[in-house]
Amino acid sequence: MSMTAFLGRRLLQLVPTLIFILIVVFVLVRLLPGDPASAVLGDRALDADVERINRELGLDRSLPVQFVAFVKQVFTGNLGNSISMKIPVTQLIADRLPITMLLTFMAAVIAVVMAVPLAFVAALRRDRLEDSAIRGAFQVGLSMPVFYVGLILLTVFGAKLRWFPVGGYGDGFLDHLYHLFLPAVTLALSLSAILMRNLRSAIIGVVDAEYVTFARAKGLRANLILFRHILRNALISTLALFGLSIGTLLGGAVITETVFAVPGAGRLMVDSIYGRDYPVVQGLTIALAVLVSVTFLLTDILQAWLDPRVTK
Amino acid sequence: MTVMSVSRLRRLPRAFVFGAAILIASVIVATFPSAFAPYDPLAMDYVNLLAPPSAAHPFGTDNFGRDVLSRVIHAYTIDMQIALFATLFPFIFGTIVGAIVGYVGGVTESIFGRVVDAVITFPFLVLVIAIVSVLGPGLINMYIAIGVVGWVFYARIIAAEVKVQKRLDYADAGRAMGYTHARIVFRHLLPNAITPAVVYWMTDMALAILLGSSLGYLGLGAQPPAAEWGVQIADGKNFMATAWWISVFPGFAIVLTGLGFSLLGDGLAEILRGRK
Repeated sequence: MSMTAFLGRRLLQLVPTLIFILIVVFVLVRLLPGDPASAVLGDRALDADVERINRELGLDRSLPVQFVAFVKQVFTGNLGNSISMKIPVTQLIADRLPITMLLTFMAAVIAVVMAVPLAFVAALRRDRLEDSAIRGAFQVGLSMPVFYVGLILLTVFGAKLRWFPVGGYGDGFLDHLYHLFLPAVTLALSLSAILMRNLRSAIIGVVDAEYVTFARAKGLRANLILFRHILRNALISTLALFGLSIGTLLGGAVITETVFAVPGAGRLMVDSIYGRDYPVVQGLTIALAVLVSVTFLLTDILQAWLDPRVTK
Repeated sequence: MTVMSVSRLRRLPRAFVFGAAILIASVIVATFPSAFAPYDPLAMDYVNLLAPPSAAHPFGTDNFGRDVLSRVIHAYTIDMQIALFATLFPFIFGTIVGAIVGYVGGVTESIFGRVVDAVITFPFLVLVIAIVSVLGPGLINMYIAIGVVGWVFYARIIAAEVKVQKRLDYADAGRAMGYTHARIVFRHLLPNAITPAVVYWMTDMALAILLGSSLGYLGLGAQPPAAEWGVQIADGKNFMATAWWISVFPGFAIVLTGLGFSLLGDGLAEILRGRK
């Protein structure tokens, strides 16, 4: 199959996924407790006002009609207004989602920086002391909940040592990076554990593969073998894994942002659920699901580009 | 199965033995918490508020004067239950669906493929939080929310395995004998297809404890004053600088139990690989 055909098929697969996302979100939001009108008006609302709000939100119409209207709105970029903050949901998402994306991206970079060198050491010193120590440490890391790691890092490096701010987002790009560093490390820990484990076995697989033995036999220098042959193949599997972990990372971001008071999309999600701000919950769930599908698509394309066998 | 001799036990992978030991101990503590806990986990002692670890209170006391060690021990009951109940129903339901999908194939398989695509598109935790917020906080609703999403992963694993098994000779033999499809799938193919799902189940129980305690931390899982590790860590979060022991010790229990499940899963995978 050619690359174009692969891209076409992959893009086509996105359509049923998007429809399913919209159905799930629509059904979920219609099941939310408490009607939105009383969330806007308070418990002592007049019936006439409740009816007016329901009409404004289109809640007086039949479900299929509501669904069609909902799909139309989503595709025109209109996700309604936040009930508590009185501003368009799209604007809220545009404000908050980039923070979460930056946090997730930083976490991914930190995870790779932690995992790659250690995976090499563990794989090349297989079954020796270094290997056991590295694997043991990551195994413990994998068993630690995100909120627990966050709380400990926050207390030690934020409150006690005062190396990092205890929360917030700061002003200016460098300040953002500074504020997001601890949350990103928190988020990176479990991902780096999975990456390390996967990368280690990938490297072992490649080291034992015939083409590396062949390259050695040809007299290629050891470092060249390592970087040209092993790294490239190992990175392909890492990339696939990273694509699959993006959902877990975003889920972790919800908790990390709550622990560190980072004003991102995850924190907004938790606040909106507590505050019954259902247009925001709806918009965010769609935005996060779309973000995941796009990441899947990008990692698939990158993978196909790195490894032509994937498109076959 | 016959009783294992000592020499066979010794040949088991070390990960498996450690994992099994941790989990057997955890199950015993979870079943009889009162036999191990020195105090009532809910008893408040206003003379001993925020007392640091001592001989009388090895893990200290919290802001209500409750004994942290006793709360950690009693939390085993809830958290081990979470590990089991949050994964058992997805495991059973996913196995049945996966077996059918893998055996029938065709259109059923394509539709299932799209469902899988869509479900993994939602960040798992976000979807679970959203469902719990619809149903209301609490353990039962948390199990439902995790179950609604979690079965898909088991079904995917089983479907792939059954698809391989149904092409093998013994499946044809079953068909030639005139067995019903249900008998072929559930009596003959499934026992040979189920091992990867069982290995995944172990990992999933570790994840369930992380997820359950995360929801407890956010106030969406087990409800205070119940002793649950996530709830306890949330209880202590405002005292981290002055009374770290309230949050830190429950975290140890989470890590230890998670480690038990991961080691058991790894060891199990190793044993099964060796057998092949």
